[in-house]
Amino acid sequence: MTTAPTDLLSSADLQGMDLLRFSTAGSVDDGKSTLIGRLLLDTKQIFADQLEHVEEASRRQGFGRTELALLTDGLRAEREQGITIDVAYRYFATPRRKFIIADTPGHVQYTRNMVTGASTANLAVVLVDARNGLTEQSRRHAFLSSLLRIPHLVVCVNKMDLVDWSESRYEEIRSEFARFATKLETTDISFIPISALHGDNVVDSSQNMPWYGGTPLLYHLEHVHIASDRNLVDVRFPVQWVVRPQSDTHHDYRGYAGTVSGGVLKPGDDVMVLPSGLESTIASIDTFDGPVDEAFPPMSVTLRLAGDIDLSRGDMVCRPNNQPTVGQDLEAMVSWMVDRPLGERTMLALKHTTRTVRALVSDVRYRLDVNTLHRDEDATTLGLNDIGRVRMRATSPLFYDPYTRNRMTGSFILIDEATNNTVGAGMLLEPSVAL
Amino acid sequence: MSYTLSHLRALEAEAVHIMREVAAERERPVLLFSGGKDSIVMLRLAEKAFRPGRFPFPIMHIDTGHNFAEAIEFRDRRVAELGERLIVASVQDSIDAGRAVEETGPRASRNRLQTVTLLDAVAEHGFDAAFGGARRDEERARAKERIFSHRDEFGQWDPKNQRPELWNLYNGRLRKGEHFRIFPISNWTEMDVWLYLAAEELEIPSIYYAHEREVFVRDGMLYAVNEHLRLMQGEEPFTESVRFRTVGDASCTAAVKSSAATIEEVIAEVATATITERGATRADDRFSEAAMEDRKKEGYF
Repeated sequence: MTTAPTDLLSSADLQGMDLLRFSTAGSVDDGKSTLIGRLLLDTKQIFADQLEHVEEASRRQGFGRTELALLTDGLRAEREQGITIDVAYRYFATPRRKFIIADTPGHVQYTRNMVTGASTANLAVVLVDARNGLTEQSRRHAFLSSLLRIPHLVVCVNKMDLVDWSESRYEEIRSEFARFATKLETTDISFIPISALHGDNVVDSSQNMPWYGGTPLLYHLEHVHIASDRNLVDVRFPVQWVVRPQSDTHHDYRGYAGTVSGGVLKPGDDVMVLPSGLESTIASIDTFDGPVDEAFPPMSVTLRLAGDIDLSRGDMVCRPNNQPTVGQDLEAMVSWMVDRPLGERTMLALKHTTRTVRALVSDVRYRLDVNTLHRDEDATTLGLNDIGRVRMRATSPLFYDPYTRNRMTGSFILIDEATNNTVGAGMLLEPSVAL
Repeated sequence: MSYTLSHLRALEAEAVHIMREVAAERERPVLLFSGGKDSIVMLRLAEKAFRPGRFPFPIMHIDTGHNFAEAIEFRDRRVAELGERLIVASVQDSIDAGRAVEETGPRASRNRLQTVTLLDAVAEHGFDAAFGGARRDEERARAKERIFSHRDEFGQWDPKNQRPELWNLYNGRLRKGEHFRIFPISNWTEMDVWLYLAAEELEIPSIYYAHEREVFVRDGMLYAVNEHLRLMQGEEPFTESVRFRTVGDASCTAAVKSSAATIEEVIAEVATATITERGATRADDRFSEAAMEDRKKEGYF
């Protein structure tokens, strides 16, 4: 399974390799950084100068061995305090896939970072310390992964070396997690017993756990099926940028550039444009490399439409018989990221697809305890790192889908207009769903 | 039909999306171009994002005056081919105007002085977003930097107070006097850049390929003999077949021994390299463990 980097070359026809983004969360103690260090080291992504750095730092900080965790501590404050304070991105590749790891700290005060890391992930790796079993932190990470609709979850039961590679201990944790998972939306959950420190079942199969019949983590990451995770049904194309060269060679060219956010578009397709409701057909789908026969998420393309029709940024192209919800009264799960509380009449800027509006909070319907999943319906505000269900009214309509149906057209960010900071993230719910 | 993009095309689509967001949300962007391979990729991505239209921003080179001639020749030719506007902001001008002070000694470099020139140019032209070709795999501080990286009115980066970035929704809001550094290829690795250059059949300056050059050893690295570097005692020049992995300031960018004469051979070398490109060839990152973090806080690229 171990991959020599040179193998990349033979597979570098570029068509065979795709991209998997996954998130990890955890604290210093549960071995998350060690696991990432192990993945990078065993797939030969660690270079000699980086390893030298880490060996030297390990000696200086009094570790008896090379502390793989030090590979991933980026900022000086983190190295000094031995904590991870923000989302860091790591990269490695095998001949099958390129991987982007969103590496986040696991402390309770860092819910916002976990949400951030989860927002772009196809898969979440949840770490459980075999000695401690399920902790608040592993539950929280699994729950946030489910809330953010990460389709695939891998539970790594780590530090198996410290429980004598015990199958019964592993099975105990596995069934405990399975009971908890009935509360989650995630359908694809896998379990792998590992020792990140010694490398068992990370890249190579463990010799110490012959009772485990499954694959090591890397094999799982390489083979998990992600192609069907995108929405290929509902055509959604938010106009991002209007291409109007007004040059002699392209005098009448008018193209609408953007990222396909749902469905498959083809030249000749009937489309409808929101908010105008005007109908047209796709004249061509242009790219720098020439016109293409179809476009699907997350391609960046330029549409030309038939007839005299004028679109601008923030408009949405869809199909006449498959339109998104058009609405100003919004209901969403909101992850709040600053000290200043969110409550009734909080006014914010809201960015959704390529459209930015203002939104006024009508009320907080409940606050969710991310550890117990208990709903506190008496709550009237959300504080830093809180998640809750919020009703808002926007100054003009959004063209949206429930987040559960489409992550690209169901998500938004909230911006404080006084500080310009990003203060919250939202996942839209079906309109008019009763509590 | 599986409707799957290869990893390179997915990275490309992400970068194009980012460039268009910036063009739509900021009034005065600029694309920083060094003549290096990462900025060559950036120019191609801008073509993908905006053609058949013009780029909605000029191209700017922060010129240390310590360039490899091949890189400057390449820069001018490429910009002319594209028919876009080039601004050159010169470190020498900053020194002449008393805005920056030349370092002295055999290890003197203009690398750090670029920050002054860059921030002055940003202020002079009123730029509110500067595209850069930096990648998160280059260095540890960069691994945590946002794609829309905020700079305050002093041009400073505050790593502990960065805006969260979720989904593909970027917050493009600024106060007057502040600006963004925008890194559309944050998620690319050195290998991705090489594979993309090959896939797109992009020309790169000749010094990226193996050539015979007079070099000398300093701090375990191979430096090209040139007018910007003074030899120290015991440093003996010799001829070696080398290529450059990055094309930075000639006074602090080293070469590696190589026989790679084609892009396929370079990719093969990159695949088996045991040292990071910055670790191998950039004296600027070797000063201390936190060298990049410190320079970035001051307003470096």
